[in-house]
Amino acid sequence: MGGTVSRINRDATAKSQRGTEESPLVKWLLIGVCGLFLAVFLLLPLVNVFVQSLAKGWQVYWASLHEPDSVSAIKLTLLVAAIVVPLNTLFGVCAAWAIAKFEFRGKSLLITLIDLPFAVSPVVAGLIYVIMFGLQGYLGPWLDSHNIRIILAVPGIVLATIFVTFPFVARELIPVMQATGREQEEAALTLGAGAWKTFWHVTLPSVKWGLLYGIILCNARAMGEFGAVSVVSGHISGVTNTMPLHVEKLYNEYQGPAAFAVASLLALLALFTLGLKTLLEWKQRRDYALAQQTTIVEPAQTV
Amino acid sequence: MSIELKNVTKKFGAVSAVNDVSFSVKPGELMALLGPSGGGKTTVLRMIAGLEVPTSGDIFINNDRVNDRSVQQRNIGFVFQNYALFKNMNVFKNIAFGLKIKKWRRRDIKARVAELVKLFGLEGLEKRYAHQLSGGQRQRVAIARALAPKPSVLLLDEPFGAVDAKIRQELREWLVTLHHELNVTTIFVTHDQEEAMEVSNRIVIFSRGDLEQIGTPREVYEQPANEFVARFIGVMNVLNTEVQGGVARVGELQFDALGQPDGTKLRIGFRPYAVQVSTDLNLFPYRAVLSRTYFLGIMLRLEFDLPSGLVLRSRMTKEEYAQLGLEDGKEVSLQIRNYRVLAAEEAGLPPEREIAHRPPPTIAEHI
Repeated sequence: MGGTVSRINRDATAKSQRGTEESPLVKWLLIGVCGLFLAVFLLLPLVNVFVQSLAKGWQVYWASLHEPDSVSAIKLTLLVAAIVVPLNTLFGVCAAWAIAKFEFRGKSLLITLIDLPFAVSPVVAGLIYVIMFGLQGYLGPWLDSHNIRIILAVPGIVLATIFVTFPFVARELIPVMQATGREQEEAALTLGAGAWKTFWHVTLPSVKWGLLYGIILCNARAMGEFGAVSVVSGHISGVTNTMPLHVEKLYNEYQGPAAFAVASLLALLALFTLGLKTLLEWKQRRDYALAQQTTIVEPAQTV
Repeated sequence: MSIELKNVTKKFGAVSAVNDVSFSVKPGELMALLGPSGGGKTTVLRMIAGLEVPTSGDIFINNDRVNDRSVQQRNIGFVFQNYALFKNMNVFKNIAFGLKIKKWRRRDIKARVAELVKLFGLEGLEKRYAHQLSGGQRQRVAIARALAPKPSVLLLDEPFGAVDAKIRQELREWLVTLHHELNVTTIFVTHDQEEAMEVSNRIVIFSRGDLEQIGTPREVYEQPANEFVARFIGVMNVLNTEVQGGVARVGELQFDALGQPDGTKLRIGFRPYAVQVSTDLNLFPYRAVLSRTYFLGIMLRLEFDLPSGLVLRSRMTKEEYAQLGLEDGKEVSLQIRNYRVLAAEEAGLPPEREIAHRPPPTIAEHI
C-alpha cells in the first residue's frame, strides 16, 4: 500500500507545473531562507547546548546532574508535570466535549477564554496567583493564618503551570470531536450503552490520536515553563526550583557546564517529545490514508 | 410489537417539525414514512427511538407508554442514514457491541454474531473496518448490529440513501426478504416514493410536519387523500377549471361540473396513464401535438401541447409508442379516461373519487 501512495505523490509533483506556480528560483529561494533561518537560530544553538554541556567531559556532565539541587529540580519538574498533565487532560476533554457536542449561550466566550493563556504573557499568569494567594494578596493573610503556603511553594508552581498549559488538550480535541459528530454516540445509545460506556468505548477511541497529541504538547510546555513559574516559585534551591529555573540559576552563578548539562536534559526531553509528536502525526496520517483507501468489494450474493 | 403515536408534536424552538401526528403500526408490519426532506419523518423516527423527546403527545411501544423511557430502555434497533458504524471497531466488534453492553456471555455473543454474519452474507469480513467495506456491506453491518440484541422494533433512517443506484435495488429486495424472515416490526424513512411503494406494507405520508395520508401503497396511489399526496405519489396533471354553462372548463378541455353552479372553481387531477392517445384525429375529442418525448427506460413520458396552450403529461410503454407510430411533432387526438376533483370537500362536494370521463354533450354532438 505504501508503494501505491508514494507513486501517487510522485505523479502529483510531476504534474504540478501549473500556470500559477512560482518559478523554481523563487521556490528554492524561499526554501533556502527557511532552512538557513532554522539552522542559524534553532539547530546551531541546540547543538551548542550539547557541545557546551560536554565541554569538560562526561564526568563533569554526570556529576552536575547528580548534584542534590539538580536532582531536586528534576524531581520537582516531573512532579509538576505529573499533576498538571492529568488535570489539564481532564479539563481539555470536558471543554472539548462541551464545545463540540452542545449548543449553548456563551460558547464562543468559552473558546476565547481557553485561548487566553496563549495570548497572555506567562509573567502575568504568575503575577495573577501572587496577587491572589501572596502574603500581600487577597487570600494571603487567611491562608497564612491557616498555615497553607501556595506562593513560594509547590502548589503555586502547579497552579501557574496549569494556567499556562490548559489550552493544549482542548485545542487539539475540539476540531477532532467536531469532525466525528454525534452519530456514533447515538448508535451506542440505541444499542443500550450508558453515557460512560459510550464515552469509553466510542468517543475516546475515535479521538485518541488527537488526545495523545494534546497531552504531549501539554507535557512539553509543563516541563519547560519558565516565566509564570519564575514569578511564583521564589527560586529556593532544592525546594522550589524547577529545571528551567535551575538552569538559569546555575548560569547566573557562572557554572556554565552544569547549566548546560541540565539544559541539555531539558532539550533532550523536548527532542523526545518532538519525536513522539512526529510519530503520532505519521500514524494519524497513515490511519487517514487507510480510511481514504477504498477497498470496495462487491457485496456477497447470499441472500 | 406494535407502535402507536397519539397526537405527537415536536417543536424545535419556534419551528414546528411534527404537528399533531397520530398513527399506529401493527406487529410485524413493514411501514414506510414517506415525504419530501424537511417533512418531519426523520424526527418522528427519532422520537420513536427516544433520540428526541416529543413536545407533546404520547408514544406507545407494545401498548406501553415510553415517553419517559430512555433510548437504552426502549429495546429498539436503529439504523442511521450514514450507518454510523464504530470506526475503531471491526465488523465483529460492531455487531457484538450491543450484546457486550447487555452482558451476554462471550460464547453466546460469538454464536449470535456468527448467526448474523451468515444471515447477512458477511462471512470473511469479520475483521474488516468500516472503511474497508463497500456501501452495501456497511449497510448490512449496520442492520446486523441493530438486530443483534433482538430489538422489538427496527427503525431505519433513509436506509438506501447512501448507496449508489445499482446496489439500491438489490438492497430493497433484500430488506423485504429479511423482514419476511425475521418478522420484526420495522419502520423506515424515505423520500423516494418508488422505494416506499415497493418495500412497505403501508405508507405514512408527511409534508411539512403534517401527516397527509396513511394507507397501503395501492390505497395511496389510487385514492390519494389530497393533492399533495396525488402529486407526490406519481406524477399528476392538475388543471384549474371554472364552471361555465354547466361544464367545468379550462382551455378546450371540458369536465362534468357535478351539478356545481357557474363560476365555481374546480381543481381537476388525472394520472398520466389516464390520457388516451390516438393518431386517428377523429377518434378522441381533443386535438394535440406531441411536443416532447422523454425516454425513461421501458416507460416513456410524453408531453402534448393543446392549441389553447395547455400541456398534458402522459406515460406509455415503448411498445404502445411504437404501435401508435408516434414521434415528436406528430398530431394526435386524445381524451382523459378518468380524473378526480381535487380538494372536493373544500368545494362543497362529496369526498374525492375517481370519475369516469363522460364527454360533455356539446363535444359528443360535435363528433
